[in-house]
Amino acid sequence: MTAFAALFRRDLRLVLRRPGDVVVVLAFFVVATTLFPLGIGPESNLLARIAGGVLWAAALFAALLSLERLFASDYEDGALDLLLLAPGALELAVLAKCASHWIVTGLPLALLAPLLGVAFGLDGQSLAAVALTLLVGTPTLSLIGGLAAALTLGARKSGALLALLALPLCVPTVIFGTGAIEAIATGEGFGVHLAILAALALMALATLPWGIAAALRLAGE
Amino acid sequence: MATLHFLANPARFRRFSARVLPALSVVTALAVAVGLVWALAIAPPDYQQGETVRIMFIHVPAATIAMGGYVLLAVLGASLLVWRHPLAALMARATAPVGATFTAVGLITGSLWGRPMWGTWWVWDARLTSFLLLFFLFLGHIALSNAYDDSERGDKSASILAVVGAINVPIIKFSVDWWNTLHQPASIMKLGGPSIHPTLLYPLLWMMATFALLFVVLVLLRTDTEIDRRRLEAAEAAA
Amino acid sequence: MTTAALQVTDLACRRGGRRVFDGLSFSVKGGELLALTGANGSGKTTLLRALASLGRADAGTIVWQGADIAWLGHLDGLKGDLTVRENIDVAERLRGVTPDRQRIEAALASFDLAALASRPVRTLSAGQRRRTALARVAASQANAWLLDEPFNALDMASQKSLRAVLAQHLAAGGLAIAATHVSLDMPGARSLELGA
Repeated sequence: MTAFAALFRRDLRLVLRRPGDVVVVLAFFVVATTLFPLGIGPESNLLARIAGGVLWAAALFAALLSLERLFASDYEDGALDLLLLAPGALELAVLAKCASHWIVTGLPLALLAPLLGVAFGLDGQSLAAVALTLLVGTPTLSLIGGLAAALTLGARKSGALLALLALPLCVPTVIFGTGAIEAIATGEGFGVHLAILAALALMALATLPWGIAAALRLAGE
Repeated sequence: MATLHFLANPARFRRFSARVLPALSVVTALAVAVGLVWALAIAPPDYQQGETVRIMFIHVPAATIAMGGYVLLAVLGASLLVWRHPLAALMARATAPVGATFTAVGLITGSLWGRPMWGTWWVWDARLTSFLLLFFLFLGHIALSNAYDDSERGDKSASILAVVGAINVPIIKFSVDWWNTLHQPASIMKLGGPSIHPTLLYPLLWMMATFALLFVVLVLLRTDTEIDRRRLEAAEAAA
Repeated sequence: MTTAALQVTDLACRRGGRRVFDGLSFSVKGGELLALTGANGSGKTTLLRALASLGRADAGTIVWQGADIAWLGHLDGLKGDLTVRENIDVAERLRGVTPDRQRIEAALASFDLAALASRPVRTLSAGQRRRTALARVAASQANAWLLDEPFNALDMASQKSLRAVLAQHLAAGGLAIAATHVSLDMPGARSLELGA
């Protein structure tokens, strides 16, 4: 457990030493979202209808963009070998890295999204839904993206490949995330959606660390 | 010695395929010929869909076998990861493009069928959307197996992907169905089940079997080629 | 320090259908230094990684007894945005060990890093980084050191420091295996030539 905490803190400290990397991801999120009103037009009914999908898709791309470096920096400077040789379970180290990644991307994305939602004319309940679904759904994205990042370590054209591998697997999360916001528009609550998103996150938590650890061991061979 | 050990299993496969493939290819060719005539000429047109129903004889078997192809990919992936079966890697490499092609055939025929049925080439129908995602999963597998200079690394990475992907396929299917009923209830493509008339059902079953045969023949052929390629690589590395 | 022992029997490794080495047998015990020598591509790194269980062996057995391994790869394994001292500190924690202040300071001193200890690693030269990575190994309480080209990028003075640190490690009953092009004429050293 101490090794878990050490890695978690190391990764957070590394991000804090270079806050620019996180800022760029958040800026991408804002810019990508802003493009939609510019492309579609300022009609507020339409914008409110597509807001959920736009925010979720932009959050997904932003998360994937930042995930490319999740294991790549450790792979390139040789620190991955030290993680592989650490006596504890590699799955725990994977969780520590994904958790610290989520703290610095998923969490700020979820907090930032309602602010952008205001610009799309979403009402209070929908704003809450955007923030809550992203809060519950982004850990799944971090884990799926983490698997794709681990599988593509050292591969040619790893960035585009990462997206190709991760996006189809992220579809259920995106469907239920955006579905929640639509459900509010039709007058239903979004409790069911949140529950399913939580279930997806738990499933990812229970299965993906093993896949990621196996992929990292392969990268070390 | 290590190299000989590596080739032991593929060599046994080689002897097996040399005996089976020629006969199986002939049977498949005959089955395709019979099936096409039966499905495209002899079977009666549907009372609702008319002649367009004949697309079904390609669409449904291609889609079904494609799905089976992904399951096979996951099984091969697991057997490579767990039992380190050297043939599994070669067979997975052979299977993925065939599976992707069958999925593409399913998608294209689905789109062709959609034109007269829905009046448009593409509808975000639950089945079509699921198959589009399955196609992406196949593409990801192919891209990942070829993304490394070291093909063993590609094999194993793709195996992990196939296993994780197979766990996720039902979830993707479920979520797409759910999403679809929300957006457009009542899918138009209602097939199979007891409502289909025997004059259409029998040629459909025949075509299913034919596509399965075709899939097996293609995978065996490509596995053979893959063994050749690995031998060539090994010979080049040793030289 | 408990002493470690390594017994390798009939080890074979294959990469991409090519045989790197096979039928390799040797043993190393506490107080011994084994230098792996051989031309480029003779499999020194492959063997070292297999010994560390980072790499995969295709046949044969590797049996460690009572070993706590410290690893120095051909990459330094340092995070550029952490300082020299933080890098060593976090490496110990990842090994599940509470860092021993005195050992760390001693290791820094023996590689002449005391003045650089609070500098971020990214501001250091290649040789200084190598020394930091070596100090990380020396600071660990591990009894088995696996070193891939430890002399890389080191100047004469640092090479001398490394020899001194290695001698001290062996004298304390430690074991070391190093892939190297530099000849290690020191007591307790043997060499194994690969690809011969």
